[in-house]
Formats: sequence, structure tokens, C-alpha cells
Amino acid sequence: MLRDEDRIFTNLYGRHDWRLAGARKRGDWDNTAAIIKLGRDEIVNRMKASGLRGRGGAGFPTGLKWSFMPKDTGGRPSYLVVNADEGEPGTCKDRDIMRHDPHKLVEGCLIAGSAIGATAAYIYIRGEFYNEARHLQIAIDEAYDAGLLGKNAANSGFDFDVYVHRGAGAYLCGEETALIESLEGKKGQPRLKPPFPAGAGLYGCPSTVNNVESIAVAPTILRRGAEWFAGLGRENNTGTKLFCISGHVERPCNVEEEMGIPLRELIEKHAGGVRGGWDNLLAVIPGGSSTPVLPKNICDDILMDFDSLRGVGSGLGTAAVIVMDKSTDIIKAFARLAHFYRHESCGQCTPCREGFGWVERVMDRMVIGNARVEEIDMLFEVTKEIEGHTICAHGDGGSWPIQGLIRHFRPVMEARIAAYHAKAAA
Amino acid sequence: MPKLKVDGIEVEVPPGSTVLQACEAAGKEIPRFCYHQRLSIAGNCRMCLVEVKPGPPKPQASCALPAADNQEVFTDSPMTVKARKGVMEMLLINHPLDCPICDQGGECDLQDQALHYGADTSRYAENKRAVKDKNMGPLIKTIMTRCIHCTRCVRFVDEVAGVPTIGALGRSGDMEITTLEQAVASELSGNVVDLCPVGALTSKPYAFNARPWELTKTESIDVMDALGSNIRIDTRSGEVLRVLPRLNEDVNEEWLGDKSRYACDGLKRQRLDRPYVRRDGKLRPASWPEALQTVASKLKATAPEKIGAIVGDLVDCESVFALKQLLDGLKVASMDCRQDGAAIDPACRAGYILNAGLAGVEEADALLLIGTNPRVEAPVWNARIRKAWLENGLKVGVIGENADLTYRYSYLGAGAQSLQAVANGSDDFAKVLENAERPMVVIGQGALARADGAAVLAAARAIADKYAGGAAGFGMLHTAAGRVGALDLGFVPGEGGLNTAGIVDGAASGEVEVVFLLGADEIAPSKLQNAFVVYQGHHGDHGAHAADVILPGAAYTEKDATYVNTEGRPQHAYRAVFAPGEAREDWAILRALSGALGAPLPYDTLAGLRAAMCEAHPHLGATDALSEAEWGEFGAVGEMAETPFASPVRNYYHTNAIARASETMARCIEELLPAATKATGTNG
Repeated sequence: MLRDEDRIFTNLYGRHDWRLAGARKRGDWDNTAAIIKLGRDEIVNRMKASGLRGRGGAGFPTGLKWSFMPKDTGGRPSYLVVNADEGEPGTCKDRDIMRHDPHKLVEGCLIAGSAIGATAAYIYIRGEFYNEARHLQIAIDEAYDAGLLGKNAANSGFDFDVYVHRGAGAYLCGEETALIESLEGKKGQPRLKPPFPAGAGLYGCPSTVNNVESIAVAPTILRRGAEWFAGLGRENNTGTKLFCISGHVERPCNVEEEMGIPLRELIEKHAGGVRGGWDNLLAVIPGGSSTPVLPKNICDDILMDFDSLRGVGSGLGTAAVIVMDKSTDIIKAFARLAHFYRHESCGQCTPCREGFGWVERVMDRMVIGNARVEEIDMLFEVTKEIEGHTICAHGDGGSWPIQGLIRHFRPVMEARIAAYHAKAAA
Repeated sequence: MPKLKVDGIEVEVPPGSTVLQACEAAGKEIPRFCYHQRLSIAGNCRMCLVEVKPGPPKPQASCALPAADNQEVFTDSPMTVKARKGVMEMLLINHPLDCPICDQGGECDLQDQALHYGADTSRYAENKRAVKDKNMGPLIKTIMTRCIHCTRCVRFVDEVAGVPTIGALGRSGDMEITTLEQAVASELSGNVVDLCPVGALTSKPYAFNARPWELTKTESIDVMDALGSNIRIDTRSGEVLRVLPRLNEDVNEEWLGDKSRYACDGLKRQRLDRPYVRRDGKLRPASWPEALQTVASKLKATAPEKIGAIVGDLVDCESVFALKQLLDGLKVASMDCRQDGAAIDPACRAGYILNAGLAGVEEADALLLIGTNPRVEAPVWNARIRKAWLENGLKVGVIGENADLTYRYSYLGAGAQSLQAVANGSDDFAKVLENAERPMVVIGQGALARADGAAVLAAARAIADKYAGGAAGFGMLHTAAGRVGALDLGFVPGEGGLNTAGIVDGAASGEVEVVFLLGADEIAPSKLQNAFVVYQGHHGDHGAHAADVILPGAAYTEKDATYVNTEGRPQHAYRAVFAPGEAREDWAILRALSGALGAPLPYDTLAGLRAAMCEAHPHLGATDALSEAEWGEFGAVGEMAETPFASPVRNYYHTNAIARASETMARCIEELLPAATKATGTNG
């Protein structure tokens, strides 16, 4: 279990002052200039050494991503874009960062901006996050008033601006290039890659898009040292992580824990255990709704980090743990997810636009069992026709839950079909 | 030059090529819907997925992936085939599969590709999506349930036409292509019908007229504007059913203006299909010998200086040449091909063609438009200007109308004063021209068809001379398809002859007793009522109203003919159908008339006429080629009036007799023009 002194988010629950004065007491904005004066390369090297992997779901090494930003931009400005469009079902970590610890994010923007040579940061915040956007804006205003942003930000000799932009609640705008399109005022549809944002991102300028949590942890990592962060967790899966535990647990919560904590320990220590005891567990979605579901036998001893979850055909994603006990109609739960992924498809490319409509309709029949057993195989094939054939990862993210369901709960689906037909025949 | 392997075949492609282009270079066809070489890459249909090594373990969209050294592309591997089959299945699940009642049937990309890459049955057992049809105006018919969301139409209006009125609303399966219930207010809107790979957007006037395999296709040349756009005329049973563009990179690329495409129904209305002779104040049907004899005796009985001839805007070179020879034989000197009275100087060819060529604007870095609105005078060329503006940063300056040209330009002023300001360097745009490496100065008919036209022309010439290197940078944009050819053939007043205004005034005063109109329809009949008027042409328009004898001729789809476009490019048009009734090809009528006059022209076939014409004017024999013209003096320096320059095209859809006879064009005026004027806010 993570020791209290190793916690980064010390006001995650909002028990203390979230404003600048309170943040300063918790160590934020402490000699930020010294960090910035390390220089671009040194900051990037330290981030690389910390082993921090992007907290938005894909787990791409943050330091490596920053190192892709070109130094010679041909006169164009560079931008930092912060993805605060937290929309993955089950995930609520960025929201708590922004409402209870916004200065961590604002300071992170300044440091990350200096590390990638950006002139400004745009924080694209989900439209539904009204209070969070308000807190964030207040924090930014405070930082400007205190000379921590703007010209010669925090006396570092570096000029930097931070803007907040409120989205309109489209899940897909959490995809980095769709987010950029939306930020530019266009329809939120992912762009073709290449070019990647580091080459041509926001307004055609080099841009880096990072998750809120990745940016918010950066100042602490650089202040306490890459070795400290790398010493937590296990190799390639270092540091601490915010876990969002929801569903059939006694006390749903957000909690910061060390990477690689066993799932069972995470649920039992922090969320009061599964409702009705561990043996009442049916399944867990370990990393937000798009990661494939895990049945109880895997949950018993799985470690919560990128590589071990990948090893069992799932993923850490955003570390949003959705717990389902035996009272759950697992088919109905995934039919609901199928509806979500159909509804949130941007409609740009064929397999996702057409395919998820198909998946949703078949899933709706599966819920009542009005289907044939062969259709389970067809459904699996359809998701395989979507996965990997689309511009962005929405096609993958919407296919995996259904694939996970079929992989682990096929007998349940078959039983439902048999029951339906038995009833119809009677 | 990246070198890569496509199915084991090594190919080298130009830098910047995509994998799809590399596959084509290797002779491998890649199916696609959204990709179009003249539009930006969307990569959304996913039909062109191929396996590429090295790369991620999933297929890549070949239309968007840059070709790179040492790539290995597999267009037929299990991964590629599976991806294509999957995408095709997805495309078809919500497609209505109503091919038997779809106008696209037989020329449908989806149909063709489903045949090659699709499965024989569908596994989809759910309800299909249905989408409400949209109103896209009088030219585009929509059946939106068929739409596969390739967004070609959206990208076309956005990028090429520059009138972003089509867009996508909604997301996921609910995404719809829509115009928000307004017509597509572009002169190029018909092109989205060609671009649509399925039957979602089809041609409204052509709806349910024919199947493509029933049509006879004739490659020809368009005459609705002076570009000489290359077209294909589709006919069935002697009727022109539709006109489509044909690829010609130098002229129209693959686009076509709406008038060129849709005015063809005008070929079936108001036609002159038999000779008429006026007796007792009324035009009465007559036989050919009777009509020709009437004309011949009138011509013979009249002194040559009392005869005038005017040729119209759609007349081909052969007819003009024959008429000129006939008039020369009669010693008639009063003839003109400038029925709008434009002060074009026929002496210097470089002074009346677009010397840099239509494609030349893509190499230009500055363009000064004088008294022209290319959007309505030559919409396809306007799209090319827009392309140069978008892609090469072409700087455009305009003297004349401050109209919406679909690109941003510096507005220098309305008339002669601004022209002088550029000439003497006091206008800022003079600096732009001065610093440009390849500037172009283009003057339109709006600046010439006025009393001070010659002085304006001289001023424009001076600007071209000063900034644009003379002929290389000077150009004239014509609005009449036959104008350059007629000027080349010297159909202008001879020694002591009258020009158009002189002939018309003479007709009123009695100085001119016989007026021969060859397809000249832009002169008000009332002005000619005192003279004996012979009208040879194909439509019962202004010219025929004034006529005492009507000799029914052939329209552009009904004769083999040569047209010279605004850049001086001679092109051959071919007969797609026969002229209706007793109407004849124009050169043959003139040959017969010369016989009736007792001085037959020295040829009996079109080939003979063409040989004589090309001998006298060798450059007309160089079909499809541009011949360089020598820079010289033209125009006449003089006082210029303050009157603003105005484009001669007030109404894009009604510029000639064929368009005026077209029902489709009438509908366009009704539905599109008010919208267009509202959009620019100029209708008060």
C-alpha cells in the first residue's frame, strides 16, 4: 500500500483549500523556476527516467512523447493541449484533480510547456464539468495574478499562457486529434495520422496532447526526482496512479495507489470490498469501459498495471475499475455499453459508423435471448471487422468490451438464448 | 523518389505519393470511395485498406499513407482481403440495395466494387437506417438513404467550389449529409453528382431518363462559355440526354459548369426546324430552294456597302470562314463578330487571347482581373484561380465588380481610375505586380463593351507591358465560345466597313438594307426592323424574331466543328445527333447559298472547307495546341469614363439562346438566383 508521504494528490478528496494558498502549503509552485531552468532536454530526460506512462489510457511514455516535439518549428508556435475531456465510463479522476487540486494541473502545464517549447497551453475540458472548469479558471487567474503565468512566468524567464476551452460533451473529443479539431472549432472527428500532432497539431502547429493526470503529476516527479517515481511500482509500470473504483463495492472512491497493486487488495482496502463479499464478485472491468471485462477467477490475483492486464487480454486504460457482483445482468450491461459506443461514434469512417449500429442491435436481442447461437460468433466477427480498421481507436475501444464479454461469458449468452427459445416453444 | 514493392513488383514513385498511387503505378487497382485525386484526403471509407510492412499489425488506409522507401505492400494478402470484405459488408448493411430503381445503376462505384469485393449474401438481419431526402436545389436530386458518407461532395463544395453549403450533421449512424434545406448556390454544383460514388446525389433533370448502357457517347466541346470545356454528350435516339465533363488537365480538369451540363434540354425547345420567309408581315414556312433564292436575290439586288453581317457567340470556325468567303465574294466589308461591341483589336492576336493559358494561372503569383467576374463568366476557370489562391498563395486584385469570387482578393476599385492608379504605380497592388515573378493581367468583356473600351484596353495593355512582361502576362477572358475563332478568321470590318454598332445604326437609318445574322441573338430585334434581316441559326430567339428569312442551322451538338477557346486553343467538336427537321449544318447552308448566288464556294465537303481554312489560317490546324502570339500594339490610348466596369454576365443561367430555351436553366434562376443574391446581400 502506498505510503502517505509518497502521495502526489494530497487534496484528492477536497478536504483542504484548493486555491493557491492551500496549494502552496502542499508544496505546489515551490520554486517552479528552478525546474524550468533545468532546460528542455533535462526535463524530458528526467521524465523519461521516471518511467511515467500516459495516464489517458494508452500508456504511451510521457517523456518520449515530449521528446517528439521539434525544436526547429520553422517559425510556428508550439502548443500544449491538455485533454480534460474525461469521458470514459467509470473514470472520474481528472475531475477530482481539477476541482480539488487544480494548481497541480496549472503548474504542470507551465513545466510541460517549457519542456516542449510551447507558447501556450489549451485545456480542453469536458462541457459537463462546469464546477471543475470554474475552479480551473479561478486557479489560472490566481496564477496569473501571482505572476506564475504570463510573461516571465514564475520568474523563470519563460512566457506562457494557459487557456481553458469547454467542450460540448462528445466522448470522441477525448481522442487527441478529434480534440484538436474541436478546439479549432470544427466537427470533432479524428484526423488521419500521420501527420502526428507533434508535426502538425493545433492550427497546424507542433502540439502535444496529454491527459490531465500525466501533466498534473509532472511537477511532483521533477521536484522529488525521477528515481523516487521510478522506485514505485514495477519496471515499465512505475509510479502512482489514481484508481476510480465504482460499481458494486461498499464504498466507491477515487484513490491514489502504487502501480501494480493487486486488484483484490485495491478493492478491499479502499472500497470496502465487493458488495456481499469477494465471492459475490461476477466480473470487473479494470480500466474504463473499453477495456475487456475480467471474470472473477482472473480478478483473484491480477496486478493492476499496464503489462499484467495486457497479459490477460485486457488493459489498464484509465484505471477505472468497474465492479460487478453476481446480481448483474452481464449481457444487459454490455448491451448498454454497445449503445454508448454506437452513440458516441463520430460517424466518420465506415466500420465504426455502421458496425456499432449493428453490434448494438444484435446485443439488444442478445439481452432477451432472441438470437441464434451462431450469431454470437457473427457478433465476434463483426467486432473484428471494426477493430483495427478505423482512423482512431474508437473502433478498437468499442469492440473490446463485446469481445471480452463473448470470451468470458459465452455460456451465459447461450443459456439466455436457449431459455428464450424454450419459452417461445412452450 | 521512394522505391517500394507492391505485391513483389518494385515501383518507384514521385516523392509525396501515397501508397495508393504506388499501387496504381504497379498496376494494382485499389478499391476506394472517399479518395479522389482532386480533393483533400479524408481516409474515411476504409475501402482502400492494404497490408503494409513495416507497420502496425493492422491494415493501413493506402490513400492516406505516404509511400516510403523499402515498404512492402500487399494488395491481395489475407489481411487485405479480409479488411476489404469487412468494410464492404459494413457499407452495404444500411445501403438500401435498390439498384433497380436507382439512377446510378450501371455507373455506380458501390455496385461495381460490391461485385468484386463483396459477399454474395448479407448477414445483417436488423432494420436498415432510413434518411430523409434533402433539398439541394433544382439540379441535384437526393436519395440520402443511399449515402455512404464518403464526404466527397462536402469536400468539393468546400475546396473546389468554395461555397461551403454542404456539410455533415450528427454523428455515428445518424450522421447525415445536408445543406440545411438550401440549394447549393454554386455554378459548379452539378459536379457533386459526378463525384458521388453512389446514387445519393443524382442529376435531377436527367432523373429516370436512361440507363448508361443505352447511351451513345460522343466526345465533344462545350460552347456555353469561352473555355472550350471538354465534354461527353450522351444521346439516345437522336436526343441529347445529358452532358458530362471529360478530362482535360489544360482546360477544365474534370469539372464542368452547371450551364454547360444542364442547359442541354434547351436543345429540344424553340428550335428552328424548317426555313421561313416573311410574307405579308408574317413568317411563313418555306422550302429550302425558296428561302435560299429569296436571300440570294436580295443580296444580289443590294449594293455591297448596304449589306452587313454579324456572327454570334456560339458560331464555329468553319461557318465563319464560309460566310466570310461568301461576303468577300460579294465585296461586302461590313461584318463583325463582336455583337456586344467589345473594343477588341483584331490586329494583334496576343491582345485578345489568354496568352498564359488557363492552366497558367496555377504558375502565376499575382493576378489582376479587370472588368470581369470569372465566377459567372467562366466558373471552371474560377475554380482554378481559387485552387491557385489556396495552394500557391496567388494574390488576386480586382478592378470592377466587388463580387463574391470564392477567394479573397484586394479590391482596387470599380473602374478606370483604379486602372490608372495601377498603371502609374500609386495603388498598392502595383507593388504586388511589380514584385511578382509571374504576374497575370486579365481583362474581361465588361471593361471592353463600352464606348471607351479601346482606351481601357490600351490601359490594360500598358499595365501588362509595365509589370507582366507583355504577352506572357496579358490575357483576355471571353464569354463567347466562337469569338476567338471568328477574330482569328478576321471576321471584322474590312476597308470602309461598319462594325456591329455601325450595322445596327445603319439598319435603323436605312444606310444598311440587308443584315445577315449568323447565330447572332444578342441584338434587340426592334433595332433591325427597318432592314431585310436574314437569320441563320438554331433557336427561335432574338435573331429569329427580327428575321425576314430564317435559315435553320445546327447547334453545337449537331455538327462537326472547330472552336477556339479563350486561350487560343483550337478544338474539334463532334456531331452527336442530327439537327432537327430540315435544319442543316451551317457550313452546308452557306455553301448552298453561294450556289444560289451563282458563285459557289470552292469546296463541297467539310473536309475540303477545313483544308482551305487551315491553309489560310495554319494555327487552326494545330488542334488542341496553343500557339504563341506575338506582342504588338493594340487598343487606343484615350480618355476613360468614370462608369464602373460591370460583368456582361448578369444572369449566369441565361447567356445564350440555348440556355434561354432551357427549362432547367429557368428553374435555376427561380430557385438559385434569389438565394445567391440574398447571400451576397446586394439585393437590398
